[in-house]
Amino acid sequence: MSAGVELKDVSVTFGSFFAAKNVNVKIEGGEFFSFLGPSGCGKTTLLRAISGFQDPSEGQVLIDNKDMLGIGPNKRPTSLIFQNLALFPLMTVAENIAFSLEVRGVSKPERMKRAGELLELIALEGQGDKKVHQLSGGQKQRVAIARALAVEPKVLLLDEPLSALDLKLRQRMRTELREIQKRVNITFIYITHDQGEALTMSDRIAVMNEGELEQIGQCDDVYNNPLTPFVATFVGENNPLFGKIKDLSGDEAKIETSDGVFISSIDKSTNLNVGDEAISFVRPESLFMVKDGNDYKNKLSVKIENIEFEGNVKNFYASLYSGSKIKFSVANAIDTSEIEASSQIELCFDTSKSIILPKGALATE
Amino acid sequence: MKSLFFTQPFFQKNGKSVALFFLVAIVFWFIFLVIIPQLYMLDLSFRANIPPLERGGPKDFYTLEHYRHFVFGSKTSADAYNFVDLGVFGRTIIVSIFVTIANLAFCYPIAFYIAKIATPSTARLLIVSLIIPFWINELLRSFALRILFANEGVINNVLTGIGILDQGILFITYDVGLYTGLIYAYILLMMFPLYNAIESLDVNQIEAAKDLGSSTFRTHWRVVIPHAKPGIVSGCTMVFMLTVGALATPVVLSSPNTLWFPQLIYQWFNLNDNWSRGSAYSIILLIVSVVFVLTMMRIFKVRIGEIIR
Repeated sequence: MSAGVELKDVSVTFGSFFAAKNVNVKIEGGEFFSFLGPSGCGKTTLLRAISGFQDPSEGQVLIDNKDMLGIGPNKRPTSLIFQNLALFPLMTVAENIAFSLEVRGVSKPERMKRAGELLELIALEGQGDKKVHQLSGGQKQRVAIARALAVEPKVLLLDEPLSALDLKLRQRMRTELREIQKRVNITFIYITHDQGEALTMSDRIAVMNEGELEQIGQCDDVYNNPLTPFVATFVGENNPLFGKIKDLSGDEAKIETSDGVFISSIDKSTNLNVGDEAISFVRPESLFMVKDGNDYKNKLSVKIENIEFEGNVKNFYASLYSGSKIKFSVANAIDTSEIEASSQIELCFDTSKSIILPKGALATE
Repeated sequence: MKSLFFTQPFFQKNGKSVALFFLVAIVFWFIFLVIIPQLYMLDLSFRANIPPLERGGPKDFYTLEHYRHFVFGSKTSADAYNFVDLGVFGRTIIVSIFVTIANLAFCYPIAFYIAKIATPSTARLLIVSLIIPFWINELLRSFALRILFANEGVINNVLTGIGILDQGILFITYDVGLYTGLIYAYILLMMFPLYNAIESLDVNQIEAAKDLGSSTFRTHWRVVIPHAKPGIVSGCTMVFMLTVGALATPVVLSSPNTLWFPQLIYQWFNLNDNWSRGSAYSIILLIVSVVFVLTMMRIFKVRIGEIIR
């Protein structure tokens, strides 16, 4: 059983500060939906508004098409997994998992049976009598999930639960969370500042900045077609090329920058006219080196400043003629041994792999 | 030298002179202010009551007479047991238990409010307003309560004045004043251990319980109270010990026909000039209260280390 969640014009204010501002989003039942944004952008506030710990100052929270106004967190069909998990340290693992059943007056044998089933779901069979502190980080994580699922919620809310884990474990837990979500088939609403986490797990994501939703969409869509400079630079990395619109034709536009004229794609909804200030964004992986760039519309000549070996890719940090910096990545499979610091090279990019957006604030991270 | 090995980190951390001062001060305090006087009292409680001049003379011998007196009473009495003293003792213990429970019931909600609900500025205000009354001497506070609770006192005058009562309630005669005074006297010693214990609880634990469907009462019962248990036991121990040994409050607030056990001890020492018997009664009170507290800790499965934490 899953339920949809809808936020209608939700605003949450603390004094004169807007933690969330006019948020409108409809999350379908059974969806894995992520709110992605930098810390302090208001995503946790939204989660608290859905779980019932925070009443919205304005607007409505609907779960399963029912207005949740005045319904406390203990009466909503949601379960929340806290950032620090908030497992009860004085109870055993099984008692933790069965707590929601205990408070509903389910008899002890039945409770323990259900706890056993859930322990099986999270692959911790027979470990119910352990104390929480005897578990490893990943096991605690799974116990928190089982505890939240015990009450059979229609919506599971997750507040950055993976942030305390080390990288390898975090990657494994991503896959595991996704699998659990498919198995129990309920709505997951996930909060994170880690775009990798959001992109790998979610059906859809909403990118948030300063209390407002910047963009909602499928992961690849948000990555490939960002609607604002913030989204372009927050979700993945992007090189901004600042300039002025010179020409507009259909889904392409010409932009004049101090490093040359480029032709990039432009979304029809983007409201730009000739002469307006704009930015063309090119991702590091969309820039490639060419010996003779004359065949390409978009050319940049750069001077390599720094080379960083990351493993699967090599990152090159270079400066343009105008002095602005640019980053590009080359797969390690390609031989780049002849390029070294202070080499002068030519870079190209496809029109379809760059996007023009109106001038606006970038993500500063 | 195991003991030296044990103190070494202590010396390294604090420097030689400071560490030495601490060590000497603690040893002095413990030996001269705690152990020696208590041992002296213990010794005195087994001796015949004689003037100091006759010490070491033929009348100075060891006896269980004072302990016998507590249980069986004066040799000339017709009663089989010392009903009066035993009664005072029993009542002191039982009332102290109830005072401790009432104190806990009163302090827990306030401590929880200050620790987890109030904004920092409200919490500070509340703590200050709890502390300030204790700048006033205990005896004066008791007299103030007596003014409130006396038969012709403030409460009765107000209640009869506005016509709620025809006649004043005998608060002092029924020891209402005494119980209130005893609860109030040691409120801070309950409040601070409780506050400390509750304060260290992660708010997410409370919210998690709530999110899982727990009612407010159950959240406290299953999450907050188990976490605060060491603080609860620590507060209860201190309040119980001090209530059982209270003197000023009962002297001022108890009804004329009831006695508090320390008053009895006081009488043996000061009015009847029988230091030996007073010592014996003190030792009895000390042992019974310590045993009582240790039993309670056993029942509630709290170790002494947790309390000191």
